[in-house]
Amino acid sequence: MELNQLTAHELLAKLKNGSIAVQAIFDSLYQRLDKVDDKVKAYVRRGNLEKSGEKSGNQADLLGLPITIKDNICTEGLNTECCSKILQGFRPPYDATVISNLKRSGAGIFELKANMDEFAFGSSTENSYFGSTHNPWNLDCVPGGSSGGSAAAVAADEAIWALGSDTGGSIRQPASFCGVVGLKPTYGRVSRFGLIAFASSLDQIGPITKDVEDAAILTRIIAGYDPNDSTSINQKVPDYTKSLTKDIKGLKIAIPKEYFVEGMDPEVKAVVDEAVNKLKELGAVIKQVTLAHTEYAVPVYYIIATAEASSNLARFDGVQYGYRAKSDNLIEMYKKTRAEGFGDEAKRRIMLGTFALSHGYYDAYYLRALKVRTLIKQDFDKVFSEFDCIVAPTSPSAAFKIGERTSDPLKMYLSDIYTISVNLAGIPAMSIPCGFTRNKLPVGLQIMAGAFNEETIFKVGHTFEQNTDWHKLKPIIRP
Amino acid sequence: MAIDNETIKHVAHLARIDLQQNELEKLSSQLHDIIGFIDKISKLDVEKIAPASHILPISNVLREDNPHVSLTPEKALENAPEKKGNFFSVPKIIE
Amino acid sequence: MRYQTVIGLEVHLQLSTRTKAFCGCAIDFGKAPNSCVCPICLGLPGTLPVYNKEALNSAIKVALAFNCQIQEHTKFDRKNYFYPDLPKNYQISQYDLPLSRNGHMYIYTENKPKRIGITRIHLEEDAGKLVHEEANSLVDFNRTGIPLIEIVSEPDLNSPQEAFDYLAGLKSMIEYLDVSDCDMEKGSLRCDANISLRPEGSSQLGVKTELKNMNSFKGVKDALQFEVERQAELLLNNQQLVQETRLWDAEKSRTVSMRSKEGAKDYRYFPDPDLTLFNINKTFVEEIRSRLPELPLDKMRRFMKNYLLSEYDAKILVSSKRDSQFAEECIKIYSEKDKKPLVNWLIGPLLQEAKVRKAGISELKIEKKELVNLVGFVQRQEISGLSAKTVLNQMINTGKSAEALIKEGNLLQVSNLDDLNKIIESVIALNAKSVDDFKAGKSNALMFLVGQVMKKSSGKANPKIAGDLLRRRLSNA
Repeated sequence: MELNQLTAHELLAKLKNGSIAVQAIFDSLYQRLDKVDDKVKAYVRRGNLEKSGEKSGNQADLLGLPITIKDNICTEGLNTECCSKILQGFRPPYDATVISNLKRSGAGIFELKANMDEFAFGSSTENSYFGSTHNPWNLDCVPGGSSGGSAAAVAADEAIWALGSDTGGSIRQPASFCGVVGLKPTYGRVSRFGLIAFASSLDQIGPITKDVEDAAILTRIIAGYDPNDSTSINQKVPDYTKSLTKDIKGLKIAIPKEYFVEGMDPEVKAVVDEAVNKLKELGAVIKQVTLAHTEYAVPVYYIIATAEASSNLARFDGVQYGYRAKSDNLIEMYKKTRAEGFGDEAKRRIMLGTFALSHGYYDAYYLRALKVRTLIKQDFDKVFSEFDCIVAPTSPSAAFKIGERTSDPLKMYLSDIYTISVNLAGIPAMSIPCGFTRNKLPVGLQIMAGAFNEETIFKVGHTFEQNTDWHKLKPIIRP
Repeated sequence: MAIDNETIKHVAHLARIDLQQNELEKLSSQLHDIIGFIDKISKLDVEKIAPASHILPISNVLREDNPHVSLTPEKALENAPEKKGNFFSVPKIIE
Repeated sequence: MRYQTVIGLEVHLQLSTRTKAFCGCAIDFGKAPNSCVCPICLGLPGTLPVYNKEALNSAIKVALAFNCQIQEHTKFDRKNYFYPDLPKNYQISQYDLPLSRNGHMYIYTENKPKRIGITRIHLEEDAGKLVHEEANSLVDFNRTGIPLIEIVSEPDLNSPQEAFDYLAGLKSMIEYLDVSDCDMEKGSLRCDANISLRPEGSSQLGVKTELKNMNSFKGVKDALQFEVERQAELLLNNQQLVQETRLWDAEKSRTVSMRSKEGAKDYRYFPDPDLTLFNINKTFVEEIRSRLPELPLDKMRRFMKNYLLSEYDAKILVSSKRDSQFAEECIKIYSEKDKKPLVNWLIGPLLQEAKVRKAGISELKIEKKELVNLVGFVQRQEISGLSAKTVLNQMINTGKSAEALIKEGNLLQVSNLDDLNKIIESVIALNAKSVDDFKAGKSNALMFLVGQVMKKSSGKANPKIAGDLLRRRLSNA
């Protein structure tokens, strides 16, 4: 196998024993990009890839190993534009806390950023100002979104591992569509400082990796208390690699009946049912439960997330950075800059969010949504008081065709139906590959646990993974 | 509920986004559908439920009154589309 | 038809913490534009706020000093609007759960206490500064993020003078707490006013006018006075008043309407998800209360008790913290039991000198022990009161001691009886007519004779003693 095809833990072992140098890993990645990225388009091209200088190793934990970063995480001196025209040219004068953590651990920040839906608004990466990313398993299909670039890069071995962000499923759904592992940590587990905000009460940064072990290693590095983030919990980060056991005998797993309903792709259902049987075979105790308010999750999400987004995105106005439309008066400058700088989905969400907060509608929409959010969280609390984790499909379908859902925003929103509640409840969840449809498109299994119980997720995920071969399969990208 | 043209224009103004006529119409119809879907939550009885404005069980997060190193004006203005000396420059504000 | 004036004031105060509200930028005035900024107060994408503990403490101190109820659960909300001095295009403020409510303070405009309600005191952050040019505006973000508190009064003020006194009282209290520079000229205290008129006896509020752009306490008073007259005239002519915002033009001494196309502003307040809720329990509040410095009312009572001052005198002395400290130190040096003579000098001639110099008594260049010495000279009748006032002025101007100036000016009064008697004999001898007048019952004659004694002694005779001696001498002979 080529170096770029290995997992992070495999490469770290080789780096440690001196059998390879960091430069070789980078070169392997560059070669892969040259070969396939013009088809996959996982990365944002803002000019030619200037292979920035020689890469050297170091003595810290990650020994210089490269990592790919989503374009909404601030990297000092490296353009961070959320794949939006309105942030064109923005070079942050500071690193996100997760980036500082990675640098301190010796990671090599890859100089190209991963493609994404503009401002993380989307489930397909079709909303990027730089054009769509294509699913490595089928180039006519979407990789999922909004972290589609990160997931596609990892799936296509154009990255060893990557960071994404998840507000309503944006790590898990693309991981599921691309046949890789994606974890959204508990809200507050990973600092949001430096993550360009979409919805402040829902966003989390998380790993997208080739296997569960890599996810455990990476989560441990990026997680932890950050005094710069008021919503960051001051609690010790466990060594998640210690959860990588292979024994789930007696573990109590809940299957929510609302996640297996009409509208779900029957092939996806079949694959997920099979995966659940596997878990049963491995000794878990499976029982059906109800998450009664599931049907309200999507509406609640689209009120809260867009309301917060409308406020978070108000700062994009052409004054201090990014795109500025020509005008000789301020108000016109604001309006034109935002009209020309934001894509359609961004405008749609800002309008919806502004409406939900506006005078006369606040109580009926925003305030009410906050209350229903409490009900949704209570549903999960109840289940976790009895069960160790919840298992469900990640998405009602496998990857759809590029362009298939772009004319129907509501249909696009409904593809988040299985991932969204997790963000509303603030709990952790991971998607791992669990099979394929007949069209050879990956299907993801979602494992959810109670707040700050990533350990159970890693245990279940690792056990399943090591007893199957799904994670070993790789897409063949035809030239 | 229906979302009429006046409301859309008002919301666009609040959000400081210039919408062309065709965009207004398209957006109006899409928002109408989305809001119709969102109206689902009006069916629930939430009178006695507390709003989850914060999902984490933490409170009173504060910091000490200790100074950090500030940016130099050069760094602060590095991304400015337009500047004059050490100031950001914006077009005239017409009330 | 008589109209009652109804005024409410909104005061914004910059807290004098070392660093800003939500980031660690050191607050440093007078620095180059955009040099006290960081990604957080610039509102750069990805940044997050964390609130300054000291700002919270200061705000609670102010709330306690104004007798407010501290809210047990409080939170920050976002106030959303677009303006170039607001980097995030929202201000972190407080909406429906402010830090404190239902306070009050007293003003003494008519020499008796009047209770002015304080609706709320809440936390917010300051915006940047704009400099307007011909075709552009220039933005300096140094000021963004400085912690502010907003103090909103009930509409309990009924005259421009009351408004002035409210501001003076507020400033005095804040000085005692030492949490803000409180300087309208420097911008650490800003004031907007709401004023309306209503028929006397009516309980309904009239049409409100909001006033902005006043840069001094006097400016506030003048602007309100102008409004009272403008609104009264309109009402008397049965004209309609429209609810509006008006700007004070200090140069032209008038208010001007701010024509604004926007209707009522929709700030779309919602709880800021980037900041936690705050639970402020009783223990914490009491701990802060126990650390409050001595406040004006308590100091006034202490002065009355310990130094036997009258309420009137004590109130004047405590109106400024620094001046009260100066006064108390003088009082301690003054060894007499009866402090009134010293106090009279403090609130009389010394305060006068201070006012002329537009300063406080504590800022005058005068040593406390020298002032006490001067008062001693007067008490021992070694110099006249009039001379002493002159000496005081010279002490402040030159920094010389009382003793030195008295010697220089040859001001020591003749109180020596032999010397005085000599002068008196001489005056009696030269003014026989006046002597006869006095003996005939004309008391004015005595004053004339005393005047002659003063003249003969080049003003150095002690007039009181001279008068007594003359009276006795003439009554005997």
